[in-house]
Amino acid sequence: MSTQSMTLSEAASKDLLRRHGVPFAPEHVAGTIEEAVAAARAVGLPAVLKLNGDRIAHKTERGLVRLGLATEGAVAAAADELLAAATPEDGPVSLLVAPMLRGTRELIAGLLTDPQFGPVVMLGVGGVLAEALGDVAFRLAPLDLDEARSLLDDLRLQSILGPFRGEPAVDRDAVAAVLVALAEVAAAEPGVVSVDLNPLIIVDGRPIAVDALVETTEVRS
Amino acid sequence: MTDHSGFRALFDPRGVVVAGASSHPGKFGFVALHNLLSQGYRGEVFATNREGGTILGVPTVPGIDDLPTGAVVDLVVVCTPAGANEDLLRACARRGIRAAFVTSAGYGEAGEAGRAAQESLVALADELGILLAGPNGQGVVSTPSALCAQIVAPYPPAGRIGVASQSGNFVSSFLNYACQTGVGISRAVSAGNAAAVTVPDFLDFYAHDDATAVSLAYVEGITDGRAFYDRVRAVTEHKPLVLLKGGATAGGQRAAASHTGALATDDRVFDGACRQAGITRAATVEEAFEAAASFATQPLPRGPRVAVITTAGGWGVVTADAITRSSLELVALPDDLRARIDTLLPPRWSRNNPIDLAGGETRDTIPQVLDIVASHPDVDSVIYLGLGIQANQGRMEEEGPFYPDHGLERIVAYHQRQDARFAAAAAEVSTATGKPILTATELAVADPANAGPRTVRETGRLCYAASNRAVQALEHMWQHARWRARHGLA
Repeated sequence: MSTQSMTLSEAASKDLLRRHGVPFAPEHVAGTIEEAVAAARAVGLPAVLKLNGDRIAHKTERGLVRLGLATEGAVAAAADELLAAATPEDGPVSLLVAPMLRGTRELIAGLLTDPQFGPVVMLGVGGVLAEALGDVAFRLAPLDLDEARSLLDDLRLQSILGPFRGEPAVDRDAVAAVLVALAEVAAAEPGVVSVDLNPLIIVDGRPIAVDALVETTEVRS
Repeated sequence: MTDHSGFRALFDPRGVVVAGASSHPGKFGFVALHNLLSQGYRGEVFATNREGGTILGVPTVPGIDDLPTGAVVDLVVVCTPAGANEDLLRACARRGIRAAFVTSAGYGEAGEAGRAAQESLVALADELGILLAGPNGQGVVSTPSALCAQIVAPYPPAGRIGVASQSGNFVSSFLNYACQTGVGISRAVSAGNAAAVTVPDFLDFYAHDDATAVSLAYVEGITDGRAFYDRVRAVTEHKPLVLLKGGATAGGQRAAASHTGALATDDRVFDGACRQAGITRAATVEEAFEAAASFATQPLPRGPRVAVITTAGGWGVVTADAITRSSLELVALPDDLRARIDTLLPPRWSRNNPIDLAGGETRDTIPQVLDIVASHPDVDSVIYLGLGIQANQGRMEEEGPFYPDHGLERIVAYHQRQDARFAAAAAEVSTATGKPILTATELAVADPANAGPRTVRETGRLCYAASNRAVQALEHMWQHARWRARHGLA
């Protein structure tokens, strides 16, 4: 399955997921340094810049994500560097410009096609320690809001879902709604093999996806 | 599976024939007949043996066609070699036999030729309208009919747990626990190769079987997880299902490019499917049995709030710790309940939950405290600790050099009566309030003859061998109760 699959660019991934109700931060696609600076002004500083392209799956590992850009000068410099870092293998690229979201808690959510159970939805404790912690839980799609709520109960680290370091408790229904949206993607988009929302940052208690990767068996334009 | 007549023939046959009965006590054909005859089966028993003769008092006939005219037989226990079984099934069909338990090996587990033979046997049974259990299975037990048609021990006490297992030896393990704890079994079947009737098929029957209150299953090597999920989801709507799963599910390649794929182990996904389906998944054999025994003998809790009643501090503290680590809740003692207990106990009692009686109990205190605590609307279940300690001292006195003098005979009998009363009160209050009351003491295994645990067994309930195991079982019940409530199921 994985051999025939392809990944969508971050922008295309987000477009697809946004249609099914996954909440994302406002974001602009920019082709040039000037467009990037204008976009940063629009979303508000500090900003985040990422290099975007269909064949770019692991941006962090390649240093293609620049966080906390506080001035327009910093945005321009980062845009210049990222565009220069693109290789011919990356194909057509652009820049994603988003506001720098502040939240101390990160979750990870996803969808995958299990060889035994078909489409399954995942929720876990996210961030750089996500795989080391392995605090994740699964449900089979389709999924209603009630069942999605029970998925939150399965996480071991319940304490981070409550009030945390001056931030309010996680809005469980809002997280559950993201999971339901992922299950809807499975039903509505049969070509989708997997989805990663990593991280799902908790901002003022509400989940906002800041990165998305959709893997699909179909070639999409 | 809507037509359960084949299952009725398997579990409640009016008569049974052992095909391939043997006079050699080392052979399965002997053991099957022996076990069938020795546990009080109420129907008529027949046996076939090519050489004829009488085995264990049963006059054998050469073949199924030679059974006496008018003999009513519903089940054949097949102990003949694989090669003989197709002719055997045809003869059984001619006699109106509706179910076959095939112990014979040499089928799906025995290479390509065996697999072909198995497919052929399944097709034939299907054509003949015979329910085919096995092959290569250890047999079937059904206490409502006192049926012990298996080639292994033990025969369990009667009860309400229905066992279905892909491993025959796990059936024996569960039945051994039933014998040890006294919490009994309704039906038990070893699915063997499960060529025609699978574990989910048996579970589906149990879901509709009045004799069964809870199913207990062992599975391994699930080949279609989604189909398995869909089947058992329909079972848990009717009754709790406790599941022990061995090994990994049959693997396959998952999406590799995603973090989600990297985090999705077989076990995690299976666990999610179990939670979604309302399955009570246990990690060990004893956890599985004790969860099933709890479902079979206790009412479901209506909420997470637990009160602990103990005759000694340390036990209560450790149990409170276990509750705190679980999804259950150690209820803060309501003022009105505290005030009522104050009237029964001297002031040194804990005045909080755990309710430590601190040795302040008099003759009737424990039954009274059990009653007022369990009856309180803020309490959903009770764990009772300390049963049997008086009878335990009584045992030392009874076995010591001074018995029966010095008033020992009288005091030992009193201690035993008291512990028996406490155990009986726990069951009575639980029944009256409709709330679980779990009694835990290591004396359940350290001295099963102690009047406390012995009386718990006599009430039909499980005496938990440790309080953490009671907490674990109660948590399983609470999780299932919550799942039922979430799905609007009674």
